[in-house]
Amino acid sequence: MAVIDLANPTRFLRFVERVLPWLALLTLLVFAIGLYRAVNAPDDYQQGATVKIMFLHVPAAWLGMLGWALMSIAALGTLVWRHPLADVAGKAAAPIGAAFTLICLITGSLWGRPTWGTYWVWDARLTSVLVLFLLYLGVLALYWTAEDPGRGARAAAVLTLVGAINLPIIKFSVDWWNTLHQPASILRMGGSAIDSSILWPLLIMALAFTLLFFTLHLAAMRNEILRRRVRALRLMQAQQFAEARP
Amino acid sequence: MTMSFAQEAGFIVAAYAITAFVVAALIAWVVLDHSAQRRILDDLAERGVSRRSQRSEG
Repeated sequence: MAVIDLANPTRFLRFVERVLPWLALLTLLVFAIGLYRAVNAPDDYQQGATVKIMFLHVPAAWLGMLGWALMSIAALGTLVWRHPLADVAGKAAAPIGAAFTLICLITGSLWGRPTWGTYWVWDARLTSVLVLFLLYLGVLALYWTAEDPGRGARAAAVLTLVGAINLPIIKFSVDWWNTLHQPASILRMGGSAIDSSILWPLLIMALAFTLLFFTLHLAAMRNEILRRRVRALRLMQAQQFAEARP
Repeated sequence: MTMSFAQEAGFIVAAYAITAFVVAALIAWVVLDHSAQRRILDDLAERGVSRRSQRSEG
């Protein structure tokens, strides 16, 4: 099957039905390995056992941003090419991205208390991630409250593209401003600053969470396509009733 | 500042428990939403409301 064939919702549904069980199985497998490695990872010489929170916090932060990046590409597809699957992809990614951003904020807060002595500070990294979460809520509100789904999708796409400005702010906030949050220690010039005994469990957990994200995203896209079919059929039914009336 | 292991464990367990809860909620949302949409589509099909492509397939 060529990639272009997946642009057709019916073919896309068939593809999802085939791929989803295998993707879910692979996600479970990688999670099992990741959790085993995370539990057995050594304590950090400064942070002690609380470094285990990093195996949740960092992947959740990456996926919160990845979700918005995906939605931004989908927003271009909605506004420029007006492709129906682009809007489906954007709408399906929003709650998942919001959930991962929420996990990032909560686990970060629970990690901050024992390491920094506080649950929250208004520093640039924490604040910009909170802004990302609020932007997710804004997009969800636009999708869920719009009476005309087409208009809601276009408004959500515009907000998504405007909100994309926040992504580089989140990434570089620790370099641009003096923050309590530590600077980049994994993706940085000169290689990772983390010891391999902690880095490997982190990378495996990041892969597991990424697989989970895409499994949920494909499933949510399938649900959204079905929801649109339900809406189309109900409209068709209402039209038939109206025409049948004397 | 050094914390006892019991104090550290409280933060670790809370982080993992909340993450598990949010992930479980996401999975439940996706699964329940799918069965709800399927149920409505089946119900519509039973009442003879279906897409032209499905009618020709049947």
